[in-house]
Amino acid sequence: MKEYRTINKIAGPLLFVEKTEPIGYGELVNIVLYDGTIKRGQVLDTSDTLVVVQVFETTAGIGKDSGVRFTGETIKMPVGRDMLGRILSGGGKPIDGGPEIVPEKRLDITGAAINPWARASPNEFIQTGISTIDGTNTLVRGQKLPIFSAAGLPHNTIALQIARQAKVLGGKGEFAVVFAAMGITKEEANYFMQDFERTGALERAVVFLNLADDPAVERIITPRLALTTAEYLAFDVGMHVLVILTDMTNYCEALRQIGAAREEVPGRRGYPGYMYTDLAGIYERAGIVKGKKGSITQFPILTMPGDDITHPIPDLTGYITEGQIVVSRELHRKGIYPPINVLPSLSRLMNLGIGAKHTREDHKKVSDQLYAAYAEGNDLRGLVAIVGKDALSERDRMFLEFADLFENRFVRQGLDEDRTIQGTLDLGWELLSTLPVEQLVRIDRDLINKYHPKFRNAPKAT
Amino acid sequence: MEVKDKKSKESGILKRIAGPVVTAVNLDAHMYDVVKVGKEELMGEVIKISGEDIIIQVYEDTSGIRPGEPVINTGLSLAAELGPGLLTSIYDGIQRPLSVLVDKMGDFIQRGVSAPGLSHEKKWTFKPTVKAGDKVEGGTIIGEVQETNIVHRIMVPPTAKPGVVKTIKSGDFTVDETVCILDDGREFPMIQRWPVRVPRPVKEKKNPTIPLITGQRILDGLFPIAKGGTAAIPGPFGSGKTVTQQQLAKWSDAEIVVYIGCGERGNEMTEVLTEFPHLEDPKSGKPLMERTVLIANTSNMPVAAREASVYTGITIAEYFRDMGYDVSLMADSTSRWAEAMREISSRLEEMPGEEGYPAYLAARLSEFYERAGLVKTLNDRSGSVSVIGAVSPPGGDFSEPVTQGTLRIVKVFWALDAKLSQRRHFPAINWLNSYSLYLDSLHDWYDKEVSPEWNKIRSWAMEVLQKEAELQEIVQLVGSDALPEAEQVTIEVARMIREIFLQQNAYDAVDTFCDMKKQYDMMKTIRLYSDLAYAAQAAGVSPGQINATKSKNDLPQIKFIKDYKPALQKIEKEMDAEFTQLRSAA
Ligand SMILES: Nc1ncnc2c1ncn2[C@@H]1O[C@H](COP(=O)(O)OP(=O)(O)OP(=O)(O)O)[C@@H](O)[C@H]1O
Ligand SMILES: [Mg+2]
Repeated sequence: MKEYRTINKIAGPLLFVEKTEPIGYGELVNIVLYDGTIKRGQVLDTSDTLVVVQVFETTAGIGKDSGVRFTGETIKMPVGRDMLGRILSGGGKPIDGGPEIVPEKRLDITGAAINPWARASPNEFIQTGISTIDGTNTLVRGQKLPIFSAAGLPHNTIALQIARQAKVLGGKGEFAVVFAAMGITKEEANYFMQDFERTGALERAVVFLNLADDPAVERIITPRLALTTAEYLAFDVGMHVLVILTDMTNYCEALRQIGAAREEVPGRRGYPGYMYTDLAGIYERAGIVKGKKGSITQFPILTMPGDDITHPIPDLTGYITEGQIVVSRELHRKGIYPPINVLPSLSRLMNLGIGAKHTREDHKKVSDQLYAAYAEGNDLRGLVAIVGKDALSERDRMFLEFADLFENRFVRQGLDEDRTIQGTLDLGWELLSTLPVEQLVRIDRDLINKYHPKFRNAPKAT
Repeated sequence: MEVKDKKSKESGILKRIAGPVVTAVNLDAHMYDVVKVGKEELMGEVIKISGEDIIIQVYEDTSGIRPGEPVINTGLSLAAELGPGLLTSIYDGIQRPLSVLVDKMGDFIQRGVSAPGLSHEKKWTFKPTVKAGDKVEGGTIIGEVQETNIVHRIMVPPTAKPGVVKTIKSGDFTVDETVCILDDGREFPMIQRWPVRVPRPVKEKKNPTIPLITGQRILDGLFPIAKGGTAAIPGPFGSGKTVTQQQLAKWSDAEIVVYIGCGERGNEMTEVLTEFPHLEDPKSGKPLMERTVLIANTSNMPVAAREASVYTGITIAEYFRDMGYDVSLMADSTSRWAEAMREISSRLEEMPGEEGYPAYLAARLSEFYERAGLVKTLNDRSGSVSVIGAVSPPGGDFSEPVTQGTLRIVKVFWALDAKLSQRRHFPAINWLNSYSLYLDSLHDWYDKEVSPEWNKIRSWAMEVLQKEAELQEIVQLVGSDALPEAEQVTIEVARMIREIFLQQNAYDAVDTFCDMKKQYDMMKTIRLYSDLAYAAQAAGVSPGQINATKSKNDLPQIKFIKDYKPALQKIEKEMDAEFTQLRSAA
């Protein structure tokens, strides 16, 4: 392989290399330092006069004297079954002291889009044991459902509880977890690793760690390595893979950094205009393929800068993913765990995975009614702050109380409390039964007669 | 994919590759020529010519392509293949059938594979509708093919000069085989090709006067769109753009539906593909899929093809319109299309306009929506294309360029509101901000087809909702009990309009579609309650007593009942009885 020493300019993570032979767009590049260290990069722009290379590590030590080797192929990842149980760097190198991965295949890390015609509609209910998810924002296998959180909130604890408790009722098949850390602290990473070890999950997990002090640009490839591994495990090996990506905010920061180095016209808040397309290239790598056994379910975690859901990172994510679970500072301050605010939360695939065939026939309508009642009670809180409780009508007072009850009974649960879906729905009915039955306008009469605590035990007329 | 007269086919070489935009030199090319890029012959389109440099957007991934590789100009422009076989198909942005792509390259979309829009092997039974000696011209219908339950009318290409039929065939043919020969020797197969960026010609554009009935109460009832009209549905993520568009694709009384998934989710298209074949058209009773053409260029498929997808879609829609059909086209989401333009434009290093969008954004948006309309076709039929575009404003902020550019053109605005969707008020369309500029032109239709009372009752409902909004501001300060008694009744009536009439559950087997008759009946009963309640209040009955009436409690259930009439009559009777009693007691 020819080595060039024609670096003309270095700006941020970018190298500008001159006088090369024709180089392919997207090619993997090795940069050889004076001491023999090799760094990796990728071609971002190629022409007959100049090649722009993005380096995935720090550019410290790279100079005009460094050698540049173009490998002639795009970035590939060696994958194999023996990756399970392994800990890799954010760049895909083993860091657990174990041997190199024995590759069964080498796959392009960009991944190709699943042809929509080849997709199967996700509809298998995953029980997480958390009422605010199972009851009102149901997760299904093959969904991409992010957690929108913010600094200082217990998103990691929630993610771990989900990873521990998630199961498909009566479901078969092998599970695996692919965990990709991007720019999180060592302490946070340990928190995950210890839980994986404690529960034995590590054996069936592949961990990619790019920590806060690792190169920021490496974060660009970490999720892609993780998803390439997940695709292999799901569609080649046939496993059901849960992918946790944390923290996507750090990923987006890295993307912005590269955009700035390329002197691109920045979009909203300085993030590149193509961030939607770029994120879609990550999030869309979830789902089920017709005729294949496995599946990929994605749980990206992101922290909303300034708790702002309209910030480009959560905003663009929400436009791509199939819903979102929103962690709320207000509930957290009230001491409620898990502090999931159901109002802005959503699972778009919920309707496919619930109902008589999957959970219970009353699921959808109970959920709708809980939402409507909680939203109404929650609104009234603002009013009470101004006019006082006494100015409320009888009806309004009931909804106000319902909101408190909902937070304290339905939302609040223990760190290891694993509720069944029946338990969650019955709890929902129990709370709804504190409201007059004619206020339950979202539910049809038949279901009320069958499930409402006031009626379900009443002797049936014969 | 072709059209235009052949030009000299030239071959050049690649000079630069930077993502989806590449530069070639030594190439003789014109704007929008389709070119084959690199050794793998990836499809691209010329989008800029600058000195020696020919700049090309490539519809497939360009990884691994090197400077020095060849570029071939086909001399043709990007065109759609039009003919039998379109219905029930699902295409990518450049009309490659996704099912064929799965057969050719597996479950993941690879590159370098071409696939024609129509099957060139399949035979269709062609029944002529003209005979030897008949005069024909551009647009004349020369025969029919029973494509699905829809009759596909075969037309002379719109730009063809007039002539006289010498031979017309009958029987089974592929789309390429000649079915008609003219005196002057011209031969026509069933297939025609049309450059997607050019509107197909019509004789005349007319003003729409008939609503597109969608079965969605807030749309048909309050903010209707006309057949041949344009509507925009902007809203933040998760507010209901896709569900509303899919509801329209399912239940609107168009004869043909073109649904473009432009830069959105793969699973949403899969959902349509799995659901539609099992749903019945409420009018024809036939599977909905039989009248549908899908275009899916999802968010992770190449952006240049995303840019092309809306043009491919509207060209197909116009083609069916030209047969005399009412077509409705949904584009979800036009923002992703605009972003594709932005991405390409920034790679061209064009001077950016507002928020980085190209300066020609507004022009492209209006050119697109202008292709909607109710028309007199070249063959003197009446056909229409209604266009409903979703808009995805960043942060849900409607002041951004795509929403604003769209609102300047479209006549109907369905404003989605995150506050409503968060409380699961669906469709989350804000009744105060939304509007329809077709109300006047549709007035007579509602008068005749629904009831002479309809327009009045609609205005009444809007007034109540408006009044409620004002009252709510006061309630926020003093509480509802402090309102004058009559206004407490207004609050209750408005609540009924919102919860009973406006809210509609797309996932309930019955409520998902509500015809105009039922819409009218429901609104009439709410109006009856309102009249009775005000009368009682005037007679001295307290709001507490009025609110405690039981008969209205069954009203929300009407939505879920298919044969609702008996139940509704019972409610009305009980209402009457309850209020009579209250009044006499007062
Ligand atoms: N008419 C409706 N009836 C019942 N539920 C609805 C209705 N409209 C929307 N929803 C609910 O809202 C969710 C989000 O709707 P939808 O996917 O259409 O949002 P969107 O505006 O297209 O979002 P995005 O911009 O992210 O694509 C749906 O999954 C569904 O649960
Ligand atoms: Mg959508």
